[in-house]
Amino acid sequence: MATQAAPTLEDFRQEVRTWLEANCPASIRNKPRGMDTSFWGGRNPVYPSDDHKLWFERMAERAWTVPTWPAQYGGGGLDAAQGRVLKQEMARLGAPEPLSSLGIMMLGPALLKFGTEEQKLEHIPLIAQGKIRWAQGYSEPGAGSDLASLTTRGEDKGDHFLVNGQKIWTTYGHKADMIFTLVRTEPDAPKHQGISFLLIDMAQDGVNASPIRMISGNEHFSQTFFDDAVVPMANVVGERGKGWDVAKYLLTFERSMMGESIGGAAGKTLAESALEMLGKDGLAREPGLRGEVTEIMMETWGIQIASERLFDQGKAGQVSPFSPNVLKLLGTELATRRTRAMMSLGGFDNLAVDGRDAYEWLQAPPNCIAGGSNEVQMNVISKRALELPEHK
Amino acid sequence: MALVLTQDETMLVDSARGLLDREAPVTAFRALRNSGEPLAWDRSLYARLADNGLVAPNVAEADGGVGMGIAAAGLVMEQAGHVLAAAPLLSAAISATLIAGAGSESQRADLLGPLVEGKRVIAPALDEAARHDPDRLDTRAEKAGEGWALTGDKTAVIDGFDADAWVVSAMADGAPALFLVEKGGSGLTVERFVAVDSRNYAKLAFSGTPAVRLGQGDAGAAIAAGLDVGRALLAAELLGAADEAFGRTVEYLKERKQFDRIIGTFQGLQHRAARLYSRLDLARGVVLKALRAIDEQDADATWLASLAKGTMTRLSRDVMMEAMQMHGGIGVTDDHDVGLYVKRAQAAGELLGDDHFHTERLAAGKWGL
Repeated sequence: MATQAAPTLEDFRQEVRTWLEANCPASIRNKPRGMDTSFWGGRNPVYPSDDHKLWFERMAERAWTVPTWPAQYGGGGLDAAQGRVLKQEMARLGAPEPLSSLGIMMLGPALLKFGTEEQKLEHIPLIAQGKIRWAQGYSEPGAGSDLASLTTRGEDKGDHFLVNGQKIWTTYGHKADMIFTLVRTEPDAPKHQGISFLLIDMAQDGVNASPIRMISGNEHFSQTFFDDAVVPMANVVGERGKGWDVAKYLLTFERSMMGESIGGAAGKTLAESALEMLGKDGLAREPGLRGEVTEIMMETWGIQIASERLFDQGKAGQVSPFSPNVLKLLGTELATRRTRAMMSLGGFDNLAVDGRDAYEWLQAPPNCIAGGSNEVQMNVISKRALELPEHK
Repeated sequence: MALVLTQDETMLVDSARGLLDREAPVTAFRALRNSGEPLAWDRSLYARLADNGLVAPNVAEADGGVGMGIAAAGLVMEQAGHVLAAAPLLSAAISATLIAGAGSESQRADLLGPLVEGKRVIAPALDEAARHDPDRLDTRAEKAGEGWALTGDKTAVIDGFDADAWVVSAMADGAPALFLVEKGGSGLTVERFVAVDSRNYAKLAFSGTPAVRLGQGDAGAAIAAGLDVGRALLAAELLGAADEAFGRTVEYLKERKQFDRIIGTFQGLQHRAARLYSRLDLARGVVLKALRAIDEQDADATWLASLAKGTMTRLSRDVMMEAMQMHGGIGVTDDHDVGLYVKRAQAAGELLGDDHFHTERLAAGKWGL
């Protein structure tokens, strides 16, 4: 908020650069990104280090945890171009995100679009300041790719819903304070029209979550059980029975983000890693591997350009509705290919059970499944973008 | 500049598309091919394109052009790719870049005006090997009185048969240089090369052929710029051709019935189509980025031109394979247009370096692998 007076983008960049250099502790710069090395906020905050705490507090004071959200709800109030400059300068310095949060990545944008004024004033400042840690509750054991067949139900009790059912793949469900979730509240309505988007406080007896251990060893996901959970009527986002629209809007953020986050060690390209690990001579002896590295570099550049184009299209109001599907499909596939190539480059040593490359390799395939499996993305493209008919 | 089209560019695209749809549908190209006409392009169409400012729109206003940059030339090429328009647009834009890069002020004034007006066809003659290899330059230039004389061979000369003149690269005083050779010069042999895509190509042989040097000194930078432009424009043309072949294939999937159902309802085909759609969407950004980078003299422009050409060569090959496969038997008959796109994609993919060439160029040059 202290930056409003910046007359030009270049001035703003200089100011940001100076401020970041003075305020981002050296010990947390240029560290590999990962869910376990980030600060996630919440009622019981756990900071990876004292310097992470300091960094978070400094950024939160400027509301640069959510730099482009409106100032009246506790956002940073920067315009899109300034937000981009901040992002670029943080990347340049190797500064981590001060606060990782599904509230920032997903719920906030949905609240800004669909929430009531009361909901915005209540929840958005808490997201910005990292006070509440949010989880996402969409999938169910019987509703994966066919998400709209979900059966978790909310019974209308006048001033509240009584929620019963089970969610799965709730990101950090066992660590979150609240969960935004899709619940069937209109049992007689057609599949897509009986679902509401509910905000549920997890600190109640009727909500229980347990972690799921993944092939990478991480426990980012959980199963969440609702057993007569109480949800005030005021916690419906958007219209009752129209939760599917909110969820679809929100999924576009998740998909673009998954596609764009092609991962990798901070600031290091696959080519640089390849040269470091095998050298030019080593690569020359293995033309196949060298070719694979080059192709991945080319495709990575293509995804970066797509991301830049998406930004420009957004500014010009020309975004293709299918860009998130395209980015998700090609981006997550590329990430699996890239992390697998890193495994090859490292050879036997990269098989170490606690290795970072092994961890990233095992983290990549779940992204081809989450956020709507890549097959679902192709269904969306073939039906809506290409308008190919459905079999009757 | 942003990776979206400006208003001027959108108008240019509309104007190019309108003109080409009216006057150069694929049926016109097919008729030209069937006629066996050695020129292989339509003079009246070319004149109309020039009248509308669509020939080498990258030529600066000071040099007699419309000064809309390579992005504009690329957008025109993309539209030409859609209808397989046979017109020497690519050679004009490359030659214009070579002349603008190496020529003196008076040479630029003399040559570029008639070129953008479509009055003179000047073809670039750079390659000497069957597989594109820009480092190979064996053609020699020697002083001959006031001018120069060239000796050597050129191949893959785009629109080079029956051209009015050629811009020829040759070694002079130990450095690469560019020369203008006029039609009918002594010691010049022009051999027509009939290729699968039925476009105009030539092989040239020089034996003490009189030539005028464009500017003086090392023309290496001008040649590199000409190659970047040619590669980015070919990528744009391939984008248009692939987009068209893909669009026609999707339409066919919506019409064709087998097993009592529209074949487009089969998920096996839907997902293959969705994948191509996705790759085309991504490639559209890559091609525009390369064109913009050239106009902005971005330090990465030459690498982005390779990225675009490599990406589009591979993608258009995949699109054409799927176009044939999904059309079934009809798609591999000469009567059907798919084959015309397949052949053009193969030729345009080969010219100025295919996907393997550009992958290697990026590996060694950009990333030091």
